[in-house]
Amino acid sequence: MGAILEAKGVSAWYGMIQAVTEVDLQVEQGGVTALLGANGAGKTTTLRALCNMVRRSGTTTFDGVDISRRSTEDIVRMGVAHVPEGRGTFVALTVEENLKLAFHTRRDRAAAMRDMDLVFDYFPRLKERIRQQAGTLSGGEQQMLAIARALMLAPRLMLLDEPSFGLAPLIVQEIFRILRQINRDAKVSMLIVEQNAALALELADQVYLLETGSVVTSGPSDMVRNDEALRKAYLGY
Amino acid sequence: MEFFIQQVVAGLTSGAIYACVALGLVMIFVSTDHINFAQGEMAMFATYIAWALIDAGVPYWIAFGSTILIAFVGGLLIQRFILKPLENAPVLALVVCFIALLSIFNAMAGMIWSYTIKPFPSPFPALDLTGHGLVNVRQLGVVGVTLIMLGILTVFFRYTTLGLAMRAAAQNASSARLMGVRVSWMLALGWGLAAAIGATAGMLVAPLVFLDPNMMTGILVYGFAAALVGGIANPAGAVLGGFIVGVLENLVGSYVIGNELKLTFALAMVVGVLLFKPAGLFGRVIVKRV
Repeated sequence: MGAILEAKGVSAWYGMIQAVTEVDLQVEQGGVTALLGANGAGKTTTLRALCNMVRRSGTTTFDGVDISRRSTEDIVRMGVAHVPEGRGTFVALTVEENLKLAFHTRRDRAAAMRDMDLVFDYFPRLKERIRQQAGTLSGGEQQMLAIARALMLAPRLMLLDEPSFGLAPLIVQEIFRILRQINRDAKVSMLIVEQNAALALELADQVYLLETGSVVTSGPSDMVRNDEALRKAYLGY
Repeated sequence: MEFFIQQVVAGLTSGAIYACVALGLVMIFVSTDHINFAQGEMAMFATYIAWALIDAGVPYWIAFGSTILIAFVGGLLIQRFILKPLENAPVLALVVCFIALLSIFNAMAGMIWSYTIKPFPSPFPALDLTGHGLVNVRQLGVVGVTLIMLGILTVFFRYTTLGLAMRAAAQNASSARLMGVRVSWMLALGWGLAAAIGATAGMLVAPLVFLDPNMMTGILVYGFAAALVGGIANPAGAVLGGFIVGVLENLVGSYVIGNELKLTFALAMVVGVLLFKPAGLFGRVIVKRV
């Protein structure tokens, strides 16, 4: 199996400040890659650079197609769903409207309706709250909504930015269980950014360790899990 | 009593026009989070285009339809070429830009069509319905057009995915992009729709006040009052606000303060709403967990 996403020499800037330097990374077809590192290591910026949300250089290919110069909207329409930091909830829309937004870009209405049922199978809690204003959902529910919105796009690759952020351990467990299910059943490849390294290592098969905007080491997640020195130095446990 | 009813009906008629202006303001606010101070002048300019078409012998309803279309395209182009480059500009720069548009349209209309007032035809005859001058067809027509427009907009925003995408783009642009929504086109669409609504308002006003480059100046203030009373983010509220402002203005004008102070009354309403009920009478306060 080849790589569904490949980044070569990706750098990114906020104004004059360079946040990411020459990052190379790959996500295998059907695989889960984790991007780990401390606060400010450039994980979120790397994700943003991959879908052209920040000023960047280097090449990114998705499924063999060069997407380095495509607009964010086009990259999303090609099948890359980005679950952003802070969840990106449309607070004044209802839960249902948040999900139905995907109908705007999808031509296959019948399949989209089926995906909505599928999403409610994964997240029954969202179905209970279907007519509720999304801003009134709890943090965990909003995270579920963000993942559900991304799923509604029928993506082939999901970019997940800290899905555990600010949530209670039990909710985090539930969300990661569902992510694993999505990866296995719906065959969605994933690139996940996490501070909770232990959890991410369980889900991922490949790991990249980021420090001050550069990759310091990478390899199969078992390798990182079993290397105590590496774990202590970069992941703090 | 008869005088009272007459004033109410007249108020509803002018209220319908304020409602149209308010709808245009709400449209741009909902899709871009801005208040377009040039809304009235854009409407006036579109009305001149309608006048020129009719003057050239085009039948009324064809001129009406084409003017709405021209206004829509014009609004779209204004967003693409004037406002898009200012996407990341501070809000004050935008305000200055809107005021510039206001004076540009005003001056252009004066330059092309001169400042002398012109009569503008109404498609509705001033035919009396009740026999003693209470309600006529023209008044009903103006109210009817406004309600039809509100109906179309409500259906568009509530039941179409394009309308939903526009609302999403206004609320959270970066998140909307991540759902594949082409945000900058949604903003352009909002401007196009607002300009089309404005054109309709202009063509409804013109037969009542005569066509001249300054005809919308006062009406825009009432439009603001209507939009704020109804809740600036709520199309149905804006229309209801328009009727409320129209009727109150007429009643207060004829019984309490006299016609000269009517505009002052509208401004007082703007200040009052902002002070005591900033979300408007029918506006929804957005609840957000933090």
